Amino acid sequence: MSRPMRQPCRPQGASQAAQHGQALCETCGLLGSPASSPRCERCGSRLHFRKPHSIERTWALLIAAYVMYLPANLLPITVTHSLFGIQRDTIMSGVAYLWSSGSRAIALIVFVASVVVPLIKLFLLTLLVVSVQRRWHWDPLQRLKLYRFLEGIGRWSMLDVYVVTVLVALVQVQSLAAISPGGGVLAFAAVVILSMLATMAFEPRLIWDPMHHAAHLKE
Amino acid sequence: MDEEDSPKVGRLAACPECDLLVRELQPPASRSTVLCPRCDALLYRTGRNVLEQALALACAAFVLLAVANAFPIVGLEIKGQRIDTTVIGAAARLWQEGMPLVASLVLLTTTIIPLLELAAMMWMVLPLLFGKRPPAFTQIFHVLRLTHPWAMVEVFLLGILVALVKLSHLAHVLPDIAAWLFGGVMLVMTGLSLAIEPRDLWQAWQETRE
Repeated sequence: MSRPMRQPCRPQGASQAAQHGQALCETCGLLGSPASSPRCERCGSRLHFRKPHSIERTWALLIAAYVMYLPANLLPITVTHSLFGIQRDTIMSGVAYLWSSGSRAIALIVFVASVVVPLIKLFLLTLLVVSVQRRWHWDPLQRLKLYRFLEGIGRWSMLDVYVVTVLVALVQVQSLAAISPGGGVLAFAAVVILSMLATMAFEPRLIWDPMHHAAHLKE
Repeated sequence: MDEEDSPKVGRLAACPECDLLVRELQPPASRSTVLCPRCDALLYRTGRNVLEQALALACAAFVLLAVANAFPIVGLEIKGQRIDTTVIGAAARLWQEGMPLVASLVLLTTTIIPLLELAAMMWMVLPLLFGKRPPAFTQIFHVLRLTHPWAMVEVFLLGILVALVKLSHLAHVLPDIAAWLFGGVMLVMTGLSLAIEPRDLWQAWQETRE
């Protein structure tokens, strides 16, 4: 196994690349100077010191995700037609069913992935955007770690969309039971996509900028 | 940024997550992982025989994933009647039930994007192995960077598991061939992401010029 090491690179003081007019190419990772050439010398992509309009785009996507969170949790995600009538299940009623039928571990996984993660993610990202917008100095390393955590967990919220897909495809025995997707699935998928896009729109380097006084950054 | 340094000192680089300016030193011959001195972000890994490994793993994952789509993922039996579904079949069902957007999302994240990603990887690595530059390298690279977060094979696998548990009270359910194949795809793709990183590809691309 390879072990982490810090030797083969040396910090140049404690300054940021942007303070020296250097910007990292988003596509190929080469350092370039936008002042002398606006495009990357190696791959020709446009150079930016920071993701353009990161704060505005993160806010817009965040608000859209908040708006979709309510229908995602209130509308049914599955509608079951059976001999006993029609049953509409929301995400929470599905979790409750799993819990009461004895599959507590699975109930917990679904609850965390579908209810807790999306909400925590939205709150924490809001906190990060506010902190960057107000140029807080509060522990940048912790905030960066928080951001990495958000990036890592976001995709797992797609879980319920896949569960519904498999259920709908399999349970189509007309005489016994048939499951159809409910409107909640669409709203839920929208929450997941919008919050992933919001996380991608956020620029982690903005967390560090207030620590460097001389940084006058333009796009 | 001209500084007097010993000749073995490499180029300047910046941390992608905190923008710390660093100078790369002579890369060690052994395998190593270089982290940002300030925030521990992964800067690069060195000393690996990456291109051959990446090609082998990308081929393996591509074949597994393509085959997985021909077989059912789960099957269930109710009153002697057997029902099973493939990924495409499940997406088609969602589409018929009035959810074309969700159906497309499922098909994209579990099959189309991972397949495209693997094909793109082979397209880029194969010519590089022979010292040639792949056509449209930069464009493909750019697209790959945007699509990468949307390949969700591992989440899909957990979704299959949860669905199995939910159905187990209703009927006799079993994961079918494709579920195991998707498991294999997940493992091989994890290996692939450890075997190669963007920096390696650009390095190889740059070396073909000489």
